[in-house]
Amino acid sequence: MKKLLSALLFAPLLALASGPELHLDKAPVSTDPAALQNGAKIFVNYCLNCHGASYMRYNRLQEIGLSEQMIKDNLMFTADKIGEPMRIAMQRDEAKVFFGAAPPDLTVISRSRASEFGSGADWLYTYLRSFYRDESRPTGWNNKIFENVGMPHVLYELQGEQVAKVEQKDDGHGAKIKEISLEPGKPGKLSKEEYDKATADLVSYLVWMGEPMAEKRKSIGTGVIAFLGLLFVLSYLLKKNFWKDIH
Amino acid sequence: MTTKSQAVLDWIDARFPLTSTIKGHLTEYYAPKNFNFWYFFGSLALLVLVIQIVTGIFLVMHYKPDASLNASGVPVAFASVEYIMRDVPGGWIIRYMHSTGASAFFIVVYLHMFRGLLYGSYRKPRELIWIFGTLIFLALMAEAFMGYLLPWGQMSFWGAQVIVNLFSAIPVIGPDLSVVIRGDFVVSDATLNRFFSFHVIAVPLILIGLVAAHIVALHEVGSNNPDGVEIKKKKGADGHPLDGIPFHPYYTVKDIVGVVGFLIVFSFIVFFAPEGGGYFLEFNNFIPADPLKTPPHIAPVWYFTPFYSILRAVTYPLLGIDAKFWGVVAMGAAVVIIAFLPWLDRSPVKSIRYKGGLFKLILTVFIIAFFILGYLGVLPPTPGRTLVSQICSVIYFGFFLLMPWYSKIDKCKPEPDRVTG
Repeated sequence: MKKLLSALLFAPLLALASGPELHLDKAPVSTDPAALQNGAKIFVNYCLNCHGASYMRYNRLQEIGLSEQMIKDNLMFTADKIGEPMRIAMQRDEAKVFFGAAPPDLTVISRSRASEFGSGADWLYTYLRSFYRDESRPTGWNNKIFENVGMPHVLYELQGEQVAKVEQKDDGHGAKIKEISLEPGKPGKLSKEEYDKATADLVSYLVWMGEPMAEKRKSIGTGVIAFLGLLFVLSYLLKKNFWKDIH
Repeated sequence: MTTKSQAVLDWIDARFPLTSTIKGHLTEYYAPKNFNFWYFFGSLALLVLVIQIVTGIFLVMHYKPDASLNASGVPVAFASVEYIMRDVPGGWIIRYMHSTGASAFFIVVYLHMFRGLLYGSYRKPRELIWIFGTLIFLALMAEAFMGYLLPWGQMSFWGAQVIVNLFSAIPVIGPDLSVVIRGDFVVSDATLNRFFSFHVIAVPLILIGLVAAHIVALHEVGSNNPDGVEIKKKKGADGHPLDGIPFHPYYTVKDIVGVVGFLIVFSFIVFFAPEGGGYFLEFNNFIPADPLKTPPHIAPVWYFTPFYSILRAVTYPLLGIDAKFWGVVAMGAAVVIIAFLPWLDRSPVKSIRYKGGLFKLILTVFIIAFFILGYLGVLPPTPGRTLVSQICSVIYFGFFLLMPWYSKIDKCKPEPDRVTG
C-alpha cells in the first residue's frame, strides 16, 4: 500500500533526479520473527561494538518474539538493565581517531539511507555485500558503493573476501569513469546464498528497529480507513437528506 | 426548550452575545447554495490548523529544544523526537499527524487560493479578506520554516542555514540582521530555542488572530460563489437572499462530508506513507544535524520550492548589489504581489465561468509554470534548469503584472442575474 501510494505520488519527480547513478540491489526485507531474531543476533554480535542504537531499548526486542530472559542471556552485552538503550562503550572522540569518523548511530539508519535510487534497506543490503580488499586503505578494506569508507568489513569471517576488478570506461561525454566489478576471493564461513540470507536478515532487523511500530501503524491504519469509509457514507447520506429541498 | 434552560440562556445573553453570535455566524448566516468542490478547502484549512495546534501541544510535552549532545553523542533535540516516536505512548501517531499536517496545510491552502483565482473571490467587496488571507499564507510560511528546524536533523539545520544566510545579502544591515535572526554567528542552540519560541507561541498567536479577522471579514460581506454574482442583490420577502441558505445546518452537514473525505486521504499518508516518499519527511533529516558536514544537496521542503526556484532564478547583480539580494527581493515580491490581485483584475466579471479564453489560457500557463518552478526547486541547479526557472518566473510575475491589460481586453460572457446552481 505504502509503496503503491508513494509510487503514484512521487514517481514522476524521482524519475528525473540528478547526481551520480547508484545501482542498488533490491533488499528482500522480511517481517518474519525468525529472520528478525537472526538479524538481531548478527546486529548485537557484529555491529553493536562500534555503532550504538541509542534510541532502541533492549526490552523492545520482545516485540520480535524474544522473552526477557532470552534477551538478557543472549543479546545484552552492553547494558545491565533490560530497559536500557543499546549503547556502546567506545567514546566518540576515540572512535573518530580510530576510523576517521565516528560510526553513526544505527537506530534509524534504514530511514536515513533511502534515496531516489532505492529504499534505505536496498542501500544497506548492497553496502554490506560490496566490501572488497584494498591494501591502500588503512583498514585494508574498501566498498564499491561507499568509496573509501572508514568502516572495515566486519562480516568478513562470514562472507570471506572479495576482490575488485577496476575498469576505466568512457562515460559518453569524453570523461573516464571507474567501474568496479567484484569477484569472490578467499571464502568465508558462509556460502554466497547463506551470506545473502544473513545480510537480508540483518537489514530486515535494521528496518524493523528504524520504526518498530511500523506494522502496528499499518494495522491501525486499515481500521481507521475502514471506519472513515463508513463514516463517509453516513455523512453523505446525512447531507443528502438535509439538502433534499435545496434546488 | 424548557423554561429552565431558556432562563439560563437568557441570563447568558444578557451578559454575552451567545445567541446573536450563533445566529449571525451559523444559523442565520446566508451562504450561496451553489458551492462546489473547491469550497471545501476553507473549512479544511481550519481543521488542519486545529490538528496542528492540538498535536503540537502534546509534542511540546516531550520535545526538548536543546542542541547539546547527550551521552551517546546525539543532539538532545533529535533524540527527543525519536523518544516521542518510540517511548511515548501514542507519540508516533501524534508526531506523524503533525508532520503530515504541515504538508496538508499547504496543499489545502494552495487549493483554497486557487479557488479564489478561479472565481474572483478577491474582487470588491472582498479585498480585505484576500489581504488577510495573504498574510495568513506569509505567517504559515514562517511557521513551517521555523518548525522544520526543530527536529534538528541535517536538512533542518542546513535548510535554516541557507535561508537565514539569504538575509545577509541585504545591503548595509544584512550581516547584522542575520546574526539577530540566528542569535549567533551560525545556526546553533540559540537559533533552535528562538525558533521553538516563535513556532509554538508567537506565530500561532498571529495566525489565529489573522484567521479570526479573515472569517469576520468574510461573514461581514458574505461568500462569493462559482458564478461570481452577489446573492445579496436579490432578496426575498423575508429579507434573506433568494439564493442563500443558512450556513447551519446546510453547510455544516456538507462540510462534514468534506472533512471525512479529507481525513481518509490524510490517514492514508499518516498510516501508510508518513515519509511521503521523502517529500513530507526528508530522508536526510533522519541524520542528526552536523555543523561540520554539509550535505551535497540541500532542498527545501516541497511547499517552499516554487518560491525557492524564483529566488535562484535571479542570477544578475544589479546596481552593484549581489544577485542573491535581488533573488530574495524577487522571492518576497512573489508572495506579496498576491495581495494586490483585487486591484490588478479589471475584468467586468468575477468568475472563470464567464471569463473569456484569454484568461483561461493565461491561468493555465501560470499554473503550469508554478508547478515547474516547484519541481525545479527540489533539484540542484544546472544552467538549463536555471533558464527554465527564469522563464517560469517571468510567467509568474507576468500573470500578475499584465493582468490589468489582459483582463480588460478579454472577451467575457454576460453574468447571470442569479446563481446557476
